[in-house]
Amino acid sequence: MADKIATREAYGKALAEFGAIYDNLVVLDADLAAATKTGTFKKAFPDRFFDCGIAENNMICVATGMSLCGKIPFASSFAMFAAGRSFEQIRNSIGYPHNNVKIGATHAGITVGEDGATHQCCEDIALMRTIPGMVIINPADAAEARLAVKAAIEYKGPVYLRFGRMAVPVLFDDSYEFRIGKGVKMADGTDVSLIATGIEVEQALAARELLAAEGISASVVNISTIKPLDEELVVAEAEKCGAVVTCEEHTVIGGLGAAVCECLSEKRPTPVLRVGINDEFGRSGPAKELVSYYHLDAASIAEKAKAAIALKK
Amino acid sequence: MDTKRKTELQEIARQIRVGIIDAVYSAKSGHPGGSLSIADVLTYLYFEELNIDPKNPDWEGRDRLVLSKGHCAPGLYSALAHRGYFPVEDLKTFRKTSSYLQGHPDMKHTPGVDMTSGSLGQGASTSCGMALANKLDKTSVRVYAILGDGETEEGQVWEAAMFAGHYKLSNLCWLVDFNGLQIDGPIAEVMNPTPYPEKFSAFGWNVIECDAHDFDSIEAAYKAARACTDKPSVIISHSVKGKGVSYMENNVSWHGAAPNDEQYEQAMKDLGER
Repeated sequence: MADKIATREAYGKALAEFGAIYDNLVVLDADLAAATKTGTFKKAFPDRFFDCGIAENNMICVATGMSLCGKIPFASSFAMFAAGRSFEQIRNSIGYPHNNVKIGATHAGITVGEDGATHQCCEDIALMRTIPGMVIINPADAAEARLAVKAAIEYKGPVYLRFGRMAVPVLFDDSYEFRIGKGVKMADGTDVSLIATGIEVEQALAARELLAAEGISASVVNISTIKPLDEELVVAEAEKCGAVVTCEEHTVIGGLGAAVCECLSEKRPTPVLRVGINDEFGRSGPAKELVSYYHLDAASIAEKAKAAIALKK
Repeated sequence: MDTKRKTELQEIARQIRVGIIDAVYSAKSGHPGGSLSIADVLTYLYFEELNIDPKNPDWEGRDRLVLSKGHCAPGLYSALAHRGYFPVEDLKTFRKTSSYLQGHPDMKHTPGVDMTSGSLGQGASTSCGMALANKLDKTSVRVYAILGDGETEEGQVWEAAMFAGHYKLSNLCWLVDFNGLQIDGPIAEVMNPTPYPEKFSAFGWNVIECDAHDFDSIEAAYKAARACTDKPSVIISHSVKGKGVSYMENNVSWHGAAPNDEQYEQAMKDLGER
């Protein structure tokens, strides 16, 4: 397996890479450039990097103002302080007027690790999903993160990009063509469909192996664009497998699992079980341990898959 | 300012005030008090100060104005209508379901509105972003924002003030409409945000004061702002809430209320329409 890379690393590199192509790309951060990796862009283009200090609400609206004067701003902080603290700024100054601002939110989910619950944002997808017209992309690996940044630059309108702190395997190669709103079949199967996002794609692929050992055929789908959801693919998976498990490093309330349930309940009623954070807060610990502690690991997904299959008529 | 021009501006300001009352009266809701207190300032900005083209509202090289105290949309709409962005008659559609004149400014549907606003504090920051982008591009565009005095109780205003001072946004000029009243009462009693000059000076701003209802004073203030090339400028604009309508002046209950038929007639008399 290739070296593991955190999606935030790929984010910083992609900003620097595409900053060389797009003169109007500007990057803002709130005193976390070293952690969000926007520091990589800062080093390459110091004149187009603006530290806003520890004042996220101002940063979000400064980015908005810049977008209205010809710039493509990426505003970065941890997911907790971007989507969380600045929800209302994003809703009213970016979402409602549909301004061309990109929010690069890193350190999403519990794999922030030792910093603990105050910094582990498991609610950001739910918050962003409620904003009309907001595109939400949660890349599964470094390759997809890079392409998501490029797609966000080329797309005119608000985009929320969700990146992680923990290093994850590279799943995609150079032939991958990322498109906003398009899910990707990672592996085919017929008994149950594992619909995963972000770091959970790796876990779902591992769960597929565990299930195969028991003679169960699992399909694995990567949904990196959570909004707009690739409903066609979700419905096709439900039709084919008759049982679905959603997998996300996010609360089961309002995230990918909820989006899939909302889609299927209207278009193709199907048993769906959700792997995610079960309406609770995170805690301190090594990231990998927390993945197991919160039952986001492959073994937990495999158990849920069997339970979902049992719900089939 | 020469007497002729001053007389012309006073007449435009009077018409803008009539438009404010017409809009709020037609809508049976809205915010007349703080709209009337900035009517003269809006007149000066739209008819003297701003480099704009009403026939080309999206022109990239235009000066920008953010009404950060977005609830005073009737004032902004009336100024825009009188400046030729849309028909003055449309002011009477304000707040109606089919109208493009939303209760708070909506940049997507109203020509001349440079930024959606209404949630206090956000426009202050947005104006900083506009100024920064133009500074980066070395344009001659100037960026203006109007804040309420009550609005300065929002923490985000001071985040933005710190930012503008830090980046020395000399192409940015805020005006704080210091009418002294907010919904719950006098700002000094609700949550005193003053003293302004000391606070803004400490944040690295060029501080100017003016009489909000005297065109000579307003002109001098904006000229002083233009003359400052190393700091953002803020004009502390001493105003009378409800200015021009006798029973609304300095009366906090007219922050967000519409006149009834009788009150409307009185307002029109006060404004010289009857």
